[in-house]
Amino acid sequence: MDANMNPTMLLFTILVLSAMGFIIGRKRSYAVASQAGGISGLHSRPTYYGSLTALWCAIPALIIFSFWLLFESRIITDLVIASLPDQLQNLPADRLNLIINDIRNMVNGNIVSADPNPSMVAAAEHYKKLNSLSHASLSVIVIAIAIGAMLVIQKTIHPKLRARNHVEQVIKYILVACSTIAIFTTIGIVLSVLYEAIRFFRIIPLTDFLTGLAWSPQMAIRVDQVGSSGSFGVIPVFMGTMLISAIAMCVSVPIGLMSAIYLSEYANRTFRSIAKPLLEILAGIPTVVYGFFAALTVAPMIRDSGSIIGLDVSSESALAAGLVMGIMIIPFVSSLSDDVINAVPQSLRDGAYALGATKSETIRQVVVPAALPGIVGSILLAVSRAIGETMIVVMAAGMTANLTLNPLKTVTTVTVQIVALLVGDQEFDSPKTLAAFALGLMLFVVTLILNVIALVVVRKYREQYE
Amino acid sequence: MANIDIVNKGLQKRYRAEKRFRLYGICAIVASLVFLAFLFISIGANGYTAFQQTFVRLTIYFDPTILGEANDRENIASANFPGIVKKSLSEMFPEVTSRGDKRLLNSLISSGASYTVRDMVIKNPELVGQTYQVWVPADDDVDMLIKGHIERGVNESERRLNDKQVSWIEKLERDGNIEKRFNTIFFTAGDSREPELAGVWGAVVGSFFTMLVTLALSFPIGVAAAIYLEEFAKKNRWTDIIEVNINNLAAVPSIVFGLLGLAVFLNFLGMPRSAPIVGGLVMTLMTLPVIIIASRAALKSVPPSIREAALGVGASQMQMVVHHVLPLALPGMLTGAIIGMARALGETAPLLMIGMVAFIVDIPSGFTDPSTALPVQIFLWADSPERGFLEKTSAAIMVLLTFLIAMNALAVILRKKFEKRW
Repeated sequence: MDANMNPTMLLFTILVLSAMGFIIGRKRSYAVASQAGGISGLHSRPTYYGSLTALWCAIPALIIFSFWLLFESRIITDLVIASLPDQLQNLPADRLNLIINDIRNMVNGNIVSADPNPSMVAAAEHYKKLNSLSHASLSVIVIAIAIGAMLVIQKTIHPKLRARNHVEQVIKYILVACSTIAIFTTIGIVLSVLYEAIRFFRIIPLTDFLTGLAWSPQMAIRVDQVGSSGSFGVIPVFMGTMLISAIAMCVSVPIGLMSAIYLSEYANRTFRSIAKPLLEILAGIPTVVYGFFAALTVAPMIRDSGSIIGLDVSSESALAAGLVMGIMIIPFVSSLSDDVINAVPQSLRDGAYALGATKSETIRQVVVPAALPGIVGSILLAVSRAIGETMIVVMAAGMTANLTLNPLKTVTTVTVQIVALLVGDQEFDSPKTLAAFALGLMLFVVTLILNVIALVVVRKYREQYE
Repeated sequence: MANIDIVNKGLQKRYRAEKRFRLYGICAIVASLVFLAFLFISIGANGYTAFQQTFVRLTIYFDPTILGEANDRENIASANFPGIVKKSLSEMFPEVTSRGDKRLLNSLISSGASYTVRDMVIKNPELVGQTYQVWVPADDDVDMLIKGHIERGVNESERRLNDKQVSWIEKLERDGNIEKRFNTIFFTAGDSREPELAGVWGAVVGSFFTMLVTLALSFPIGVAAAIYLEEFAKKNRWTDIIEVNINNLAAVPSIVFGLLGLAVFLNFLGMPRSAPIVGGLVMTLMTLPVIIIASRAALKSVPPSIREAALGVGASQMQMVVHHVLPLALPGMLTGAIIGMARALGETAPLLMIGMVAFIVDIPSGFTDPSTALPVQIFLWADSPERGFLEKTSAAIMVLLTFLIAMNALAVILRKKFEKRW
């Protein structure tokens, strides 16, 4: 067998071995069954003996396989750095990163940015060697473990082995592991964003970040450069986000709410079954499409109509981005409000009708107040959606952080700044890139608070009438 | 005055209010539908022209003195093909003599023309020494003129082609040497700096690899998590935490997942930038909550009587789930998965964070090759200043929307076909 197989091949090999394990295990169980007086002498059905062998064959091997691949690149990189000559090792982190990138490019046979110097060529060779060594040893270890487990398990198969219970137990553990991934994701988000944000706050104090009125993250490359000191006051960025979100909510709340009311209270079945999916299409359109629409169609339209009545409208006005974002959010408001309006018991409506109220009076004075907590919850969810929305504002809103409430001016948002700071090549310890994580942390915390409040409100309300 | 009179007096007003309220509702729905229609029409109107491309017919003499010997393929690939194309152009327009004019003339043909010619020769070395008529792509400015996006009537200084060039193009038109054909380049090529040579195929393949990773990871994990939470987990604090977590993750902005991918997968684990595997991992984390929530709803809709019947005839709890509940819930889970995948397919922001936003010409061939994805390609083209990319962007949006509509239609069909009312 070729010892230096690539990971995809190896994965495939593990799966084939596991399938073989299934067959061998089942065969073995038939064999022991014939000595114990037929299949009924077995504790479990033969399939379970097969599955047990297959599971033990695959799971340890797969766990080693995935962890190995996850950490392989990092460990090899560290080893290669350690083997570099001292004068390269002592370079600042960003230069070192460039060199590592060059070495990786050399390994992959890509074009290298600088002239390859001999120590880098040697490092690339070293990298290649380590890489193939790592893959080879991974293959040997994984295959050995898989085959070993297969042999051990098939030896232990005997009529009294409680294969079904074992298999079910293992599967249950797998299920539990899968359900905890959500928790690990949350922890991963919090830790990774928090870690980088704390590094940022070591350079720029938290109070400056939260109370500063100027945002211009361009840092000087040289110390003596003019006008690029870099300031990280988040208030203008946050105000921009709020302004655009507010415009979006001004569009989506009335339209979404009225559509929900009409659909759930007035519309007949046919109209509802046509209009509702059409509204949902708005939610299914990718945000990059809205962004293109906002930048290409809506923004020029607003600018032109503004210039007709003599207003000076920026071509990246907050109004255009907010308007289109509002359209995008309509279905969120309408479908969530629709749910809560439908949850209001019919008896409340009947009571109002019995007192002589018209339909609209019933809706305005009975149904909506009764559904209000749920509606507020859905609006909060929509606000959090608006704050976190990225592509529309990246494409249609501006980059300059103006502290203004004028919707015709250009503003920038938290998400625009994150994208602007992180897209492209980056060194990982300048305040500029770390600032993106500080903004990300802020975004996460704000949306989290909004979501939690919204979920609690909606849940509490739902229980009220159940 | 009796009470009834007071009521009657206000009645007209109240009825009017009722009518108005109803009208507001209709207006709201109509407004959103008009937005929707406007969006589709504006994209369609901008983009439909991109499915056709302007080609120019050149009479090309495969000159052996330039191409060298027919049997020597290595040298043929590096021969002076642009020279051959230029020569054939200047033979077509013998009146163009000055150097500046020749340059203007040559700029009418796409730089990809020489590749077309080269590929012909590499494919069939017998051509050397013969004369053939070849359709080659025109430059994007010519394309725009033919499609009417550059006005012919306006002053020379206001358009990208000058009067001389326009007159040459008109001559080509008169001779039938220029025509619009179906744009195969758009569907088969990767990205390019030249609008007439740019295609979506590279991005589609990148998206495909990303979605493959996402589906392979998020569907099994999501279904497993849903089964545990719905069928096995006891109601306690731990499962409560998991539930709250899942609901929260479903509402976390997608760009935060991108930050997670950048910090953990790229910087901590050192995985390759711009690779579909990383994109797939990030998308998996993002779609998991959607799939878990949909799968739990599907499991909930299976009536308890089925579970009790299975347990009653002696099945273990695992057997009950795997043999009876899961098959009944699977269509619902699949529907949820498809909707989750459709959302992931249109997602752009997290991919920007993990570097899938580079300019990549080659079609990716594996999970670790640098690549972009369809929505990112749209984003990149939308940023390009050339007029030619405007229609390409809209056309790419149409391709993306086609995929999304197909996926959602599949979900609807699945639901219609397998939905059971108990």
